[in-house]
Amino acid sequence: MKRFVYINDESYQNDYCDNQISNTKYTLWNFLPKNLWEQFRRFMNQYFLLIACLQLWSLITPVNPASTWGPLIVIFAVSATKEAWDDYNRYISDKQANEKKVWIVKNGARKHIQAQDIRVGNIVWIRENEEVPCDLVLTGTSEPQGICHVETAALDGEIDLKTRVIPTTCIGLDSEQLHKIKGVIECPIPDKDIRRFDANIRLFPPFIDNDICPLTINNTLLQSCYLRNTEWACGVAVYTGNETKLGMSRGVPEPKLTAMDAMIDKLTGAIFLFQLAVVVVLGSAGNVWKDTEARKQWYVKYDDDEPWYQILVIPLRFELLCSIMIPISIKVSLDFVKSMYAKFIDWDEEIYDQETDTPAHAANTAISEDLGQVEYILTDKTGTLTENKMIFRRCCIAGTLYGNESGDALKDIELLNAVADNSPHVIKFLTVMALCNTVIPIKSPSGTISYKAQSQDEDALVNAASNLHVVLVSKNGNNAEIHFNRRVIQYEILDILEFTSDRKRMSIVISDSQSGKIFLLSKGADEAILPLAYCGQQIKTFVDAVDKYAQLGLRTLCLGWRELSLEEYLEWSRLFKEANSALVDREWKVAEVCQKLEHTLDILGISAIEDRLQDGVPETIEILRQSGINFWMLTGDKQSTAIQIALLCNLISSEPKGQLLYINGKTEDEVARSLERVLLTMRITSSEPKELAFVVDGWALEIILTRYKEAFTELAVLSKTAICCRVTPSQKAQLVKLLKSCDYRTLAIGDGGNDVRMIQQAHIGVGISGREGLQAARAADYSIGKFRFLKRLILVHGRYSYNRTAFLSQYSFYKSLLICFIQILFSFVSGIAGTSLFNSVSLMAYNVFYTSIPVLTTVLDKDLSEKTVTQNPEILLYCQAGRLLNPSTFAGWFGRSLYHAIVVFLITIHAYANEKSEMEELSMVALSGSIWLQAFVVTLEMSSFTFLQFLAIWGNFAAFYVINLCISTIPTAGMYTIMFRLCRQPSYWITMLVSITIMFF
Amino acid sequence: MMMDGSAAGTSNGGSGADGDAARRNNTRMPKYSKFTQQELPACKPILTPKWVVSVFFLVGVVFVPVGVVSLLAAQDVVEIIDRYDHACVPPNMTDNKLAYIKNDTISKECTRILTVTKEMKQPIYVYYQLDNFYQNHRRYVKSRNDAQLRDYKKSNTTTSCDPERFTADGKPIVPCGLIAWSLFNDTYSFTRGKENLTVNKKDISWKSDREHKFAKNVYPSNFQNGALIGGKKLNSSIPLSEQEDLIVWMRTAALPTFRKLYGRIYVDLKANDTITVRLSNNYNTYSFGGKKKLVLSTATWLGGKNDFLGFAYLIVGGLCIFLAFAFTLLYLIKPRLVAFELRSITVK
Repeated sequence: MKRFVYINDESYQNDYCDNQISNTKYTLWNFLPKNLWEQFRRFMNQYFLLIACLQLWSLITPVNPASTWGPLIVIFAVSATKEAWDDYNRYISDKQANEKKVWIVKNGARKHIQAQDIRVGNIVWIRENEEVPCDLVLTGTSEPQGICHVETAALDGEIDLKTRVIPTTCIGLDSEQLHKIKGVIECPIPDKDIRRFDANIRLFPPFIDNDICPLTINNTLLQSCYLRNTEWACGVAVYTGNETKLGMSRGVPEPKLTAMDAMIDKLTGAIFLFQLAVVVVLGSAGNVWKDTEARKQWYVKYDDDEPWYQILVIPLRFELLCSIMIPISIKVSLDFVKSMYAKFIDWDEEIYDQETDTPAHAANTAISEDLGQVEYILTDKTGTLTENKMIFRRCCIAGTLYGNESGDALKDIELLNAVADNSPHVIKFLTVMALCNTVIPIKSPSGTISYKAQSQDEDALVNAASNLHVVLVSKNGNNAEIHFNRRVIQYEILDILEFTSDRKRMSIVISDSQSGKIFLLSKGADEAILPLAYCGQQIKTFVDAVDKYAQLGLRTLCLGWRELSLEEYLEWSRLFKEANSALVDREWKVAEVCQKLEHTLDILGISAIEDRLQDGVPETIEILRQSGINFWMLTGDKQSTAIQIALLCNLISSEPKGQLLYINGKTEDEVARSLERVLLTMRITSSEPKELAFVVDGWALEIILTRYKEAFTELAVLSKTAICCRVTPSQKAQLVKLLKSCDYRTLAIGDGGNDVRMIQQAHIGVGISGREGLQAARAADYSIGKFRFLKRLILVHGRYSYNRTAFLSQYSFYKSLLICFIQILFSFVSGIAGTSLFNSVSLMAYNVFYTSIPVLTTVLDKDLSEKTVTQNPEILLYCQAGRLLNPSTFAGWFGRSLYHAIVVFLITIHAYANEKSEMEELSMVALSGSIWLQAFVVTLEMSSFTFLQFLAIWGNFAAFYVINLCISTIPTAGMYTIMFRLCRQPSYWITMLVSITIMFF
Repeated sequence: MMMDGSAAGTSNGGSGADGDAARRNNTRMPKYSKFTQQELPACKPILTPKWVVSVFFLVGVVFVPVGVVSLLAAQDVVEIIDRYDHACVPPNMTDNKLAYIKNDTISKECTRILTVTKEMKQPIYVYYQLDNFYQNHRRYVKSRNDAQLRDYKKSNTTTSCDPERFTADGKPIVPCGLIAWSLFNDTYSFTRGKENLTVNKKDISWKSDREHKFAKNVYPSNFQNGALIGGKKLNSSIPLSEQEDLIVWMRTAALPTFRKLYGRIYVDLKANDTITVRLSNNYNTYSFGGKKKLVLSTATWLGGKNDFLGFAYLIVGGLCIFLAFAFTLLYLIKPRLVAFELRSITVK
């Protein structure tokens, strides 16, 4: 499917949507129905609605319908208001964006219009520091080289400036011509891939070059980017409104459900079944009693011939009586405490990173409890465990290893001498270092040069080269300028063969402006470059050097070059251009063409870059492993480097304490055998106190994941530690999925774009707002500044959240069951007819206020101090195993509520027997008994008390009396004077006191 | 997810740039406060053995005396209970009590002799007690209309009074509903020897009910006019606020066994006094096997003769003291460190 965009042609403009952005979920008209529909998709809400509707039938309702409708409407109104407010804010910001004034070309003249009126095909003019209003194909800029710089932070979170170039066919058009330009752009239908734009452009006569010219993402200005360091730029609108790359990728992510939520849902289901059972049993018993006993009770005056539906009346009454078993307030309470947990994370000073000025942030406010239940952590290496601050340390040029003694090649006299002596190999090596990259040098007014690089490795290489006097001074469009020993060398960059994670290398084709010679410069992973060496080159020294460096934990890159003949280049260049303008499978085609050029390289040497571990990484891993969390390291780096880093950060132990098992092989059989062997060892030694870990590389992993998934799953269960190297982003995500399928709680932590898929896949995604941009942090549920904060996030925040939610949710059921059991017990002394002991106001207030508010202060409860927890990380095992919320703890609470209900009820009916057994008084005595009990249960269950907790618990207690005394002054209310009477009776207070002591037993 | 955040960034483009500037100028470090850092001063009660033992001991020490006092109060109450529903049926009709109670031609008068066991100080409360009578039945308890009783303008509203809303010819009943319809109609009068013991029926209902729930200007109308007579008839010239028996009856009981105040006797009774009760046994409890009892009782600060609370306190208090001793012994014989004292917690 393609889209043809006719530049500046009014007649085609109406084929596509206008540029009106709409992020809103609702309109004014559909808000109510749509929002209600969304809310009623939840089972709980359907249940409450059904109950509320049943209550409208006055024959069966035990209480005033308002007692359910009231809370239901309040709860609905609260969440609807929140939605409406969010949506209104979105509407306002959309409106601002839509009404922003932009310049477009209409009928050959520039006009100022609102951004929402831009149509596909319009030419849009943007000035410096302005936001791009829709997706544009660049046609002109103020810079003579036809480039401009954009900041794409809003799109992908990367903060460096990116260079965008105008298509070759548009080069040289002046501003006057740009107004009149006509042509057609052939581009794919809108998609959300912000790294790809496989299109082409053809200008119509009279424009000189009406060949088809390929377009890539480098020729575009995407919506939401900012134009920087460029006076103006203009482009043709290709995607508008919600069809832009940004608009397409907007989407509501799947809400994540925590293990606790799932458990609470399950328990709710169980309670629901229990409720049905109660209804069936009591309903039938009620009908039997009615027929055998109630008909004899003449004063009840049952009719002898009743309509058939009378048989349903008593069961339905019990359904309504028991409907409070499922607490209506639990959802709201949970939402509240969860957002508090998230706030506590945002506010936490101790996980604020001073160095980069990043506070921790919980983007997903709903899953904090899961942090306390993590079983597997899958971590990226570079930038997550390490600082991602690359420093050029050593190199091996033409068989000589530099930087071995001092550990810093830049200070190695030999290398400095070699540079001074113009040693050809060294110079070539440094030239490749300086040129073979996508770094942008920026010259400050004072003359110093700084580099803007997307890759930290490239940054390190260019800086090292400049320290060794090969300085990349400027890069203007296709021209690069290098200063070497006060000599200026000009190069023209002909083509860039970009880095992809499949190719694992990048190359650049340059021509020396002086000699006109054409060179291919390549750099990449050793296994991607070394096989390309020309026949006869001795690569053994390089292989040895790579091994040696890897053992030191250094990242190695292999550099090579080749001189190209003009014919060869021209021939290849044509193919390359063709591949680049392909609309289908472009990436694959380009890779194939690139391979045609990248061969018979002259390997120049190996560079070794150090990436230091972040502070506190070994300690953090140690503590988290003590707390029973298993670590898997997933990295794109090579095996030996990965193992080295793993050793450094305590992930694995060296012999004899630990043992590393390798799964490798090139063919399927080899891999299968290797896997079998490892699995066998793992099974045998799993009882020994030896720390086993396995290592697998991306190649073997690919085979395993497609062929031997079951065996690998078993291995995954057995192994506490694993190192997976050379893995691609999708493999990372697959591994997460695999562990998830074994019912483990997984946490994925990473810092770069290649971790995004894994982060989104895992139960909990943690992003490190690192040097590789904010992509990972944006995609993650939690973002932190440093790896070591993970300790606090899990042990402190996760654990507290788990404990608090466990208490809150079970308590919510406890208090609902308590009141419900009292009702059920009362039905046994009221002829099983479904009389409600409590009046409507009390029932509603009990659920919504008296018992809901004090327990919310559980967000302040700390069972153990933060210090104790971090000193004894094993305690987290309790949370992981779900010790505080599971069917048996729930059964405990269930039993407790039954016991409390029986005691309260028995005490009440015995203390208030005979002449005192007045309905309203007795109901109030039972209710007060429940309130006293719940206040003491909350007090007993909390471990620490701040003044806020005291205030909430005892304030609520006092409020119960104040409210009920107030209601008792209203003659029309059901309980007129009741509370005053009770408070004056000594027997009331004596009854209360004995009610609470029963919780000691 | 990633785009979710940036969507906001697009639309309010300006603020993105401002935010960047602000970021450079001032730090994004969270503001310190004890609340945000979860460091509010908190007291942390730990249930050490000492604490537990002292609490139990204290509760025991408080509860036992309270229990004793309550029991003594209950013991002070003198109570005479006389079940008469069975005895008042003529001997020839004990097999068919229902026929007896339904036959209006048979006299329902009956005489009972009570002996005072202990001295009874005035006021002596006269109660009637019904057993197995479900005033709390769903159908019964809802069958009333409070607005009608309270407000003469609403005397025609009889909603929720089913099945006693209208007379056969469609006139609204005041007071409507099953409760009023089934008003208790046994009567008692007492003599000691020759001396008449007056039963004072004034102020037997709650003052608040007389003043606010039953109006002075609402009079019974169309009451007990149907084919089926439930209970007592009301004098239609007396306003509801003065129909105290009705008001008492309409304070429905929460339990199937209940007592309702019939009146008070302001005479001291001495031990071994014999009291003759003349009663008319009108009310039908025979159809459902309910008992009717006449109760004469004195009262104390704690109410009537109910030793439940006293025993409950003694049992709880005794149990607490026992546990306190048991725990102390256990602690002395086999001291066990509290988790908190152990410092490290073993998890199994």
